[in-house]
Amino acid sequence: MIYREAGDFKTTYKDDSQTFPIKFDRWGYYVILAIAFLVIPFVINDYWANAVFVPFLIYAIAALGLNILIGYCGQLSLGTGGFMAVGAYAVYKLMTAFPDVSMLVHVVIAGLITTCVGILFGLPSLRIKGFYLAVATLAAQFFLVWLFNKVPWFYNNSASGMINSPERTVFGVIVTGPDTSAAAKYLFCLVFLVAVAWIARNLTRGSIGRKWMAIRDMDIAAEIIGVNPLTAKLSAFAVSSFFIGISGALFFSIYLGAAEVGEAFGIQKSFLILFMVIIGGLGSIFGSFAGAAFMVLMPVLLKNVLVGWLGWPTDLAAHMEFIIVGGLIIAFLIIEPHGLAQLWRLTKEKLRLWPFPH
Amino acid sequence: MKLKLASMVLAGVMAAAPAMAELVFPSLSYRTGPYAVNGIPFADGYADYFTLINERDGGIGGVPIKMIECETGYNTEKGVECYEATKGQGSLLYQPLSTGITYQIIPKASSDGIPVHSMGYGRTSAANGKVFEWIFNYPANYWNGASVAINHILDINGGDIAGKSIALVYHNSAYGKEPIRTLEELSAKHGFNLKTIAVDHPGQEQKSQWLQIRREKPDYVVMWGWGVMNPVAIQEAVNIRYPMENLIGIWWSGSENDVIPAGVGADGYKALAFHGVGSDYPLYGDLQKYVVDAGKAAGAGDQLGTVIYNRGIYAAMLAVEAAKKAQEISGVAQITPAMMREGMEALEISEALMTELGLPGFGPTFNVTCENHGGEGYGAVTQWDANAKKWSLITDYGPSDMDVIGALVAEDSAAYAAENKISERCN
Repeated sequence: MIYREAGDFKTTYKDDSQTFPIKFDRWGYYVILAIAFLVIPFVINDYWANAVFVPFLIYAIAALGLNILIGYCGQLSLGTGGFMAVGAYAVYKLMTAFPDVSMLVHVVIAGLITTCVGILFGLPSLRIKGFYLAVATLAAQFFLVWLFNKVPWFYNNSASGMINSPERTVFGVIVTGPDTSAAAKYLFCLVFLVAVAWIARNLTRGSIGRKWMAIRDMDIAAEIIGVNPLTAKLSAFAVSSFFIGISGALFFSIYLGAAEVGEAFGIQKSFLILFMVIIGGLGSIFGSFAGAAFMVLMPVLLKNVLVGWLGWPTDLAAHMEFIIVGGLIIAFLIIEPHGLAQLWRLTKEKLRLWPFPH
Repeated sequence: MKLKLASMVLAGVMAAAPAMAELVFPSLSYRTGPYAVNGIPFADGYADYFTLINERDGGIGGVPIKMIECETGYNTEKGVECYEATKGQGSLLYQPLSTGITYQIIPKASSDGIPVHSMGYGRTSAANGKVFEWIFNYPANYWNGASVAINHILDINGGDIAGKSIALVYHNSAYGKEPIRTLEELSAKHGFNLKTIAVDHPGQEQKSQWLQIRREKPDYVVMWGWGVMNPVAIQEAVNIRYPMENLIGIWWSGSENDVIPAGVGADGYKALAFHGVGSDYPLYGDLQKYVVDAGKAAGAGDQLGTVIYNRGIYAAMLAVEAAKKAQEISGVAQITPAMMREGMEALEISEALMTELGLPGFGPTFNVTCENHGGEGYGAVTQWDANAKKWSLITDYGPSDMDVIGALVAEDSAAYAAENKISERCN
């Protein structure tokens, strides 16, 4: 009744091809942005920032990055954890080498460094496809973790191989280190997420995104109609690694504050982000958000319900969390194999016709 | 409406009031995940000692203890969540039992003003109280452990180990890498050859590492393992017929869980310790009476007397003693984290005190001071008797080489202080 395009007349091509053509969607988007930027920073506390919002924002960036590679370009990758580690160690080296430079610059440069590494490990994708590519990127994952463990230069020769993020600022506001306010952490990550999502959305709507999707759907056909697989695949690896590098940099410097490569960026991180993308929906920007929210927030919510309200023993609750989250994943994938994004799409289709479906 | 509001306020006050008269000790435990086998006994021991104090003494100085348990699964991200969830509830002290989580909460807790006690783990240079105001790691740290192990080897060899070869088999993580620098210094000092062999997490596959040991035949092997890595390593050592009495584990590689799977082959395996083993202490009578028989034991209640359970007891005992000290100094029963820190800094563990607590000779005697948050760094060696299925202490609590360690602590903490712009205290 309220959610419909009827009566919403478009008189220019620009209006017609905007991201949110339906008025209700558009307003919803503005309202969410307004709440995210103008309301949450004033009410957020340490727990909500560190346990809920910051991990969600950072994982959403990583999921967006992986979604570009897998969902839009069809290149299966299991190296996400390794690429996040590149971002984290790059930002660590930059933070300690140039303490006076703004963190914004550091994080972007860390993303660019990850881009270079990503392109390097993306080269095999020109020859190999599918599961074989997954194995090649898996090698990247193990190689990168090994490298950051092995070479002391990356962790500034500290005794334990841990990297710690010292206090750094953006425009005079502390964003890393223990004295960071919850709002600063949150806003810093939010700015990156919004920028990244905006870039991703517009790339995937344009010619680059169409090339990626052509390669994904049938690479030989794409080649015949004039898509260069070299540039298409490598640009997907580049953009994807850039986003993942940013998320890795934020993950270490803003969220954890101290990290150890094997524990924080191991193979389980690659799988976690892959699951986010699959559960959220391949080839969907909204899906990346939904998947990240599901995988990050569900365990925290369950823990608070089971331990906080029901008073269960912590070990039982932890085991039940695995069972419930696992069960939900299976249930979702049976009900809708194309992920939460497809559920959302169907809901919107139904809403347009509601309340008169015939 | 007014009535509703008034009743809500009343409910709020009633909910808040009992929370005031409690001493909150969060327990960041891990009863699940790859390290649960060690996390469970520690969490049980930690909880049972607090239960005992509540049941027998009515709390510390008349104020009952409230222990909040939060499951981390040894995962740093969950550790963050647990820290944030518990810090607002008046937490007095954090003991996360994980090097990764310790590193992470060191800056946070220092900023929030809540003490952290990483007993025998965590950041070694936190022993320097001049830099690490809120962090404590008494009675011993990894570098003391490395030195105690080398001292033990020195003792066996009549004080001369020049030319001997010693291998370090370590968990390839922050935890496992800790002793390397100390061992390198000691190797230069005593003239032994050091060979480091890394085992990647979680350590279920160590064939190649032990093949290397079989080939190179080091005279001694020192091991820094945790979780499933330990039993696998000991089994592999048995398989290559490495002499067990030459294999020395750190205190985290010396529990029943680590040696029982290898059966009689593990007989003679040695591990370091900074507290007593077994249940042959008067305290256990009280534990049985007030906790176990009352049905209040934590977990399954089957861990009593195991090495890591005793470590949980020891950690809780030190926490309670520090809280008592804090009450004594401040004259307030309901202490704050800042008072708790002062109590920890004034902590003195004497033989008389341990005897009074029902734990005679349970740990080394030590004093904590403003400069020294690490105690005197005494450690002992235990040995496994596979037939009796029992650990026993085979040495007294001996000193570690503080000349070497002190310099390393000063160096590492100075680097931390410079990185985080901390000025030294206690001057």
